[in-house]
This record gives sequence, C-alpha cells and structure tokens, in this order.
Amino acid sequence: MFQVRIHGRGGQGVVSAAEMLSIAAFLEGKHSQAVPSFGSERMGAPVVAFCRIDDKTIRLREPVLEPDALIIQDPTLFSAIDVFAGLSPNGYLLINSKRTLEELGIAEAVNHLPKDQVRLVPATEIALKHIKRPLPNAVLLGALAAVTGVIKIESVVKAIASKFPGKIGDANIQAAEAAYQQLANHIPEEAAC
Amino acid sequence: MLKQIEGSHGVAEAVALCRPEVICCYPITPQTHIVEDLGALVKSGKLENCEYINVESEFAALSVGIGSSAAGARTYTATASQGMLFMAEAVYNASGLGLPIVMTVGNRAIGAPINIWNDQTDSMSVRDAGWIQLFVEDNQQAVDIHIQAFKIAERLSLPVMVCMDGFILTHAYEGIDVPDQEQVDKFLPPFEPRQSLDPNDPISLGAMVGPEAYTEVRYLAHHKQTQALGLIPEINEEFKQIFGRDSGGLISTYNIEDADTVIVTLGSVIGTIQEVVDEQRSQGVKIGALTIRSFRPFPFEAIRSALEGAKRVVVFEKCLAVGLGGIVATNVRLALDGVAVTVYTVIGGLGGRPITRKSLHHLFENAVKDELEEVTFLDLKTDVVERELERERQLIRSGSIAENILRDVGVVDAAKTA
Repeated sequence: MFQVRIHGRGGQGVVSAAEMLSIAAFLEGKHSQAVPSFGSERMGAPVVAFCRIDDKTIRLREPVLEPDALIIQDPTLFSAIDVFAGLSPNGYLLINSKRTLEELGIAEAVNHLPKDQVRLVPATEIALKHIKRPLPNAVLLGALAAVTGVIKIESVVKAIASKFPGKIGDANIQAAEAAYQQLANHIPEEAAC
Repeated sequence: MLKQIEGSHGVAEAVALCRPEVICCYPITPQTHIVEDLGALVKSGKLENCEYINVESEFAALSVGIGSSAAGARTYTATASQGMLFMAEAVYNASGLGLPIVMTVGNRAIGAPINIWNDQTDSMSVRDAGWIQLFVEDNQQAVDIHIQAFKIAERLSLPVMVCMDGFILTHAYEGIDVPDQEQVDKFLPPFEPRQSLDPNDPISLGAMVGPEAYTEVRYLAHHKQTQALGLIPEINEEFKQIFGRDSGGLISTYNIEDADTVIVTLGSVIGTIQEVVDEQRSQGVKIGALTIRSFRPFPFEAIRSALEGAKRVVVFEKCLAVGLGGIVATNVRLALDGVAVTVYTVIGGLGGRPITRKSLHHLFENAVKDELEEVTFLDLKTDVVERELERERQLIRSGSIAENILRDVGVVDAAKTA
C-alpha cells in the first residue's frame, strides 16, 4: 500500500487533489481510497486529505498516520502544525515553494530523508502561469507522478479531465504536465517558470 | 459499472436508479452532497418523473415525505445530527403511519458541544421510533443497501433508514460498482402502496386511536419489525441473484468460527477492525469480528448463535447512552442472556476521533487478557478529564467544560496562530 497525505489550506484544492489522485490510481486498475479530514470548512483553515493506493481492497479507515509521500501545498503550515508527523524515513516530500529548505527553516527536519525525494516545487507560480489562479493542487500531482512513479502522468491528466471537464481542467492539465516535465528532467527550481 | 466516485455520489446514483417520485430534502453536513447530487440529477433530466422539493427545515423535509408517501409516491430524504432531532416528531409519524420512506442518515455527532464529525448518536437517538435501521460498512454496501431498502420498506410498508458514517463514507472516494437501470428495474418493481390518499377515492389517514385500539396498533408495529428479520436476508438473496453481490443480511461475521474473542460493531470501523484481527490472527490470537447490519429490528437469534461459542465479546460502538454506557452493548447483552460469555463495552470514535489500528491493538490485547473495564472510552485523555474535575472541585464558577477543555488541549491557541 502507498499512502499519501496532503496538507494545505481551505480553498487550495487539497481535497480535490486527493480525489484526483485516487481516480488516477483507479484508472490504472488499482484500488484506491481518498478521504478528507475537514475542520470547520472555511477559506484559509488548515485542511488535510489522504489517499491510499493498493493492489487489493482497502479496508483501513484510519487517517494516514504514516505516509509514504507528503504533499505540502502551503509552506506557511510548518509553523502551525506538525506536518511531518509519521512520514516514512524512505518517504517522499513535495513542498509548494520557490524558496530553499534552509529559507523555509526545515532543512534539519527533513535531513534524514533521501535527498532526491525531497523536492521543492514552485507550484503556485506554475499554476499562476497556466491556470491564472494560485491553485497548486494539480501541479503537485504532476510532480508526484514525476518524483515517485506511483502513478503515471497520463493517469493524472485523465483524472483531472474527469474531475474538471472543460477549460479549467485543460489549464490544470497543462500545469500538471509542466511540473511533471520540470521534475522528471531535474530542471533546477529557479528556472521553473 | 465500476467507478471511482464519492460515497455520496454513489448513493445519489443508487437512489436515482430506484426511480423515486418525490425527493424532499434539507441539506446538512455530512449528507449535503447526496441531496445536491440528486438535485442535479433531477434538474438535468437524468432522473425523470421525480419532484425535487426544497424545503425550509428537516421537520418540513420529512413532513413533505410523509405527505408524498401517503399519496402513493416513492419517497426519499436524507438527514444527519441535529437535523434528525429537528424532524423527530415526523420520524415517529412516518413509521406509525406505516409509510415506506427511505432516508439516508449521514451519521454525525449531536451537540452540544456542536460537532460536525462522525459518530452514530443521531441514528441511535431514534432507534426505537419504529424505523428499520440498516448500517453499512463501505460505499459499495451503501449503494446496494439503498436499493434493497426501497424493496424492504415497500414490502412491509415501513420506513427504512440507511445509516452510513459521515465523512468516512459519505466523503470517501472509492471504487463502487454502480448497477444498471435494467438490473434495478428487474429487482425493484414499481411502488404499489398499501394505502394511498386519492381525491377520487377519499380515505382518511392518521386517525386518533384511543386506549381501545392503541396497544394493537403498536403491537403490529413490533410484529412488522420481527417480520423484517426474515425479509431482510430474503431480499439480500434476491439482490445477490441479480447483482452478484452479497450485502450480508442481518449480520456479517469475520473469522469467528474458532474465536475466543469477538469484536462486535456497526458501520465502517469494521474495515480497520478486520485489519487488526488479521494482524492478531497472524500472532496466533483467536479473535474475530461481527458487524450488525440490521440494528432495528435487532437480530437476537443471529447474534446469539454467532457469539455463543466465544469466551468474551467486545462491543465497539460510536455512541453513548449517557448515564448507562453502551447502547449497542446493552442490546448485545440481551441477545446473550444466559450465555456464559463476558461482554465489554467500548465507546470510541465519538465526534470524529480517529480510530487507529494502534489503539485497537492495545484494546484487543487487553480484552484477550480480560484486563478491560466494563466500559472503556477508547483513547480517553484522562489527564484532561482530571484537570477539569479538579477545576470543578476548586471553583464554583469553573466555567464551560467545552471551552475549558479546548483551552487545555491547545486548540484555542492553535487556532490563533494558524
């Protein structure tokens, strides 16, 4: 089983991201489960969502406590909650930021993780370029496909299209593909957009 | 067709496949997505010959439902939490009048303190109102049981509540096999009401019944529920024949054949419990689990025969009878009257507290050693409780418990800094 936990704030599409990831896995013939962990729904409040992917039926209903991959859609959360809780020592970490780990003040906290599995993605900037709105969720799914290989970018594209048919979906697909290309080819973060 | 969809969407599609003629709803978290999706299905024309009625409250939702069902229309509604309490009078009227309404309950805690998250207190608050109550384990079952619910309701002329855990199921995306219209039409015939209001053939419904006949009417309500004990498995068989899936009938069991310890529960937590049972089995512990699908009628015989070989039974429930302890456990104890088995009550998952494998492992290990209290509150923060009790001992004006405890656990401060 591969478990993903997504942190962000209300309005950033955290829940949609987990749902799209589960659809992408489903399209590859896998079993998957996406569940949100809502607080009181409001813009800006911390939101967490989970996605599990497996080859067999998923019965587990507890929150994802020991994620294999962590997606941080909003780096201002580091000071508010312990987003790293339970992250596997072999885990993946994707952070929406154009800053460095040092600048974010988390270099030490993520020191034990495999270097090439900790990736900073300027997802908001990529989103602004393609979607014209600061929505990092689909971008980071493209990045997840590139860095983990747990899903194919083609499946992410199809999942976005099924969740958001039409123009909005198309723009998100472009953004996800841009992030995928950038991370798959190890283009330095600064040259991102 | 197998689809990766939200549980609520799956339920909306299942209800639409049952060709309801009236849907009257008032949205409340966590059932909102179900009624929104049904509204969209009616508006888009995908669900034809159906009147979708927006009402101003839950009391109105079920009252309109009573009217439409009495007029002979297949009727659906949904509710949760305070909404259930607000419609409580109509809940009793729907069953008392024998109207086969199907209602989804997106199970949620009841306030105060206000809490939007999952437990099963809302369904339990009306457990004796005369409705059939079916609890589902996952979203496939949510879909399948809704389709069966209309058939059970109409066969007995009794309303049915389909209880599904809020958020955990309503908001979960998972693979659901949504049946074809043809299959559902084959399974569920058009609604032939036992009674209906018709201006061309006027009758009256809802008569005042005095002491001379009230007991007989109530006896028949009870009798009908006992009839449902036979009908629910029968309809599950019919469903299996057409759809190829088994929803389990009155109860489901998991590895109980040689089990000394059996965990009894309701709803979606069975998935996590099964994982823990498997892990403990691999260490040689003779443990199993039983899920109650039909809580009303309560399947005494099925539960008794499934549990009488066990040494101990742990009833795990997401509800609390304040001043008594377990609601489900009390019912299970009745089913085991005269059987030499220890029954423990565990209250967990209240107000959405996560139920983790780690806590369940610890709990079951203690149960197997018979080191459980008669009533256990899973993961209770005893230090927090003690602190509040101490405050109350020290001060008369110790303040509101909820606000005090939020401050103690740091939620108030966290909200300020986040």
